[in-house]
Amino acid sequence: MSPAAPTQAPAPFGAPSGPTVRTVTDAFHGDLLEVSMGPQHPSTHGVFRMDVTLDGEVIVKLKPVFGYLHRNHEKIAENTSYLASMPYTDRLDYLCSMSTNWAYALAVEKLAGQAVPDRAQYLRIILAELTRIVNHACLVGFLFNDLGTSFTPLLYAFREREKIIDLFEALSGSRMMCNYQRFGGCRIDPSPEWLAAASRLVDNFPRFLDEYERMLTGNEILLARTQGVGRLKAANAINAGITGPVLRAAGVNYDLRKVDAYGFYSRFDFRVPLGEHGDTYDRYMMRILEMRESVKILQQAFRDLPTGPIMDPKAKIRGFRPKAGEAYGRLESPKGELGFYLLSDGTPNPYRYRVRPPSLINLTLLEEMCLGHTVADAVVILGSIDIVLGEVDR
Amino acid sequence: MSTPAPTAAPQPFPAAGNISDADRENLRRNGVLLTSLEELYNWGRSNSIWPLQFGLACCAIEMIAAATARFDIARFGAEIFRPSPRQADLMIVSGTVTKKMIPQVVRLWNQMPEPKYCIAMGACAISGGPFKQGYNVLKGVDRFIPVDIYIPGCPPRPEALLNGLMQLQKKIRGEHLTGPDAAKHTRADAPSEYAVPTCGAHDIEPTHNPAVWTPPVPLGRLGKG
Repeated sequence: MSPAAPTQAPAPFGAPSGPTVRTVTDAFHGDLLEVSMGPQHPSTHGVFRMDVTLDGEVIVKLKPVFGYLHRNHEKIAENTSYLASMPYTDRLDYLCSMSTNWAYALAVEKLAGQAVPDRAQYLRIILAELTRIVNHACLVGFLFNDLGTSFTPLLYAFREREKIIDLFEALSGSRMMCNYQRFGGCRIDPSPEWLAAASRLVDNFPRFLDEYERMLTGNEILLARTQGVGRLKAANAINAGITGPVLRAAGVNYDLRKVDAYGFYSRFDFRVPLGEHGDTYDRYMMRILEMRESVKILQQAFRDLPTGPIMDPKAKIRGFRPKAGEAYGRLESPKGELGFYLLSDGTPNPYRYRVRPPSLINLTLLEEMCLGHTVADAVVILGSIDIVLGEVDR
Repeated sequence: MSTPAPTAAPQPFPAAGNISDADRENLRRNGVLLTSLEELYNWGRSNSIWPLQFGLACCAIEMIAAATARFDIARFGAEIFRPSPRQADLMIVSGTVTKKMIPQVVRLWNQMPEPKYCIAMGACAISGGPFKQGYNVLKGVDRFIPVDIYIPGCPPRPEALLNGLMQLQKKIRGEHLTGPDAAKHTRADAPSEYAVPTCGAHDIEPTHNPAVWTPPVPLGRLGKG
């Protein structure tokens, strides 16, 4: 959007006003203002920076700048063994370590041609969906923080998060950095008490969602601030490689759980929610609806969980050397398509290790979504894309 | 501020005359509160530490968790996370500091008014942590800014952060306003701002701040004077 040229020369400041009615934009039409938002900013979700060019309060140009959290994940992984990279994948997307573990395990299992026992497949789905719930609940809380609610919805979200994080801790020993998946299975078999507690939590979760939605979804301020803000066209989203809830909010039916049917997702009955407008409000609703679908998946998983081993007995932990070759494993993480590309030359380390981070690729259209909106809207749009800087910068 | 040469030996803290703690406690129970200005000042400061809202990486999530209902950092008077360094007393370095980020961290530290404190939260902020071998990772934020409290963990639990905060409160309560061991912020000669490093051709320049950190002596040279 280019600033409209004033039809006549603006009157000097303080001159007596004539008969013409002048808008503020006309009277104060001046230079464009460049503002650097971040890397320390309460609404940039970490150390993200946006260089915005403003005309008044309207964004005419936006340049995302990142790399402030570049922790050399890929290079470190190329210098360590396959298994030693597993704890690093926890720290990629630190809100959803269980899904990230699984994505890496998928890639290595594909590379080494390993099978995974049924019980482990179910456990992976249980933990990945619990992670999705944690991520989406927290995301909605952060989104409302960006809208200016100052913490209240986040308190509710973190109350639920703590319950699920307690389950993760009971299972894996760590609250956030679970390091739970292994190549060919999982690390620890949950006790029946753990499963009962998790199942109870999942059964109670829709009540929390109803409470959350009663407070938030119909809220007048939310509707005014998000509907029609940050529209994303389906064709552009596809061209830019955007995945996850951001893509589905634009109305594109693409969910790797259905498309790839990795793990045992083909055995589950669930629906993929789709948006219509691709605006911030749709992206918000996508998260709420996906949490409801996750509850359905979890209930089916707890019902059908088979007994048996959790590790492939033929899986090799020590001296793990996959044959030379390459593999790409991907799954639907809460943020989009998370993929790991591995190139093996037969040594204990991967020759090339590459992460396809959904957060980074979803950021590519940030400028298009923000143009013509105010700075306050850009903050909300960024919040609705759901980025985690550990994954963007790696 | 120049301190006058002490004429007598400095009083042991608390310097509330020659009354013992038991006597003061007895007086307090009878409604008489005896204190010194120093004690009152430190009591007030230690119970209203405003941290800088400054999340770097994974540890920031646990920092937020410490602020939510279950752990409730408000019990310690430190719930007001300020986005502006001008209003903050405490910088919690919560996460990996990279070479691209350290100029901003030092600049934020310089912008904070004295008295100011720093907590290095998590393995990355202490030493680089699991990412220490990375080419872009700073091996500890204490190479550039003075750190008061170190909290180990990856990430530390919110309880660990609360414990670190309590240790900091203890440290603040023990600070003196005058005398030879006066707190840093009361002395004019103590630096409160440091040079902001820049990105050089190969590394950040300088690689560390000699005023706060010196490289450890290599092990081979120990014992040879």
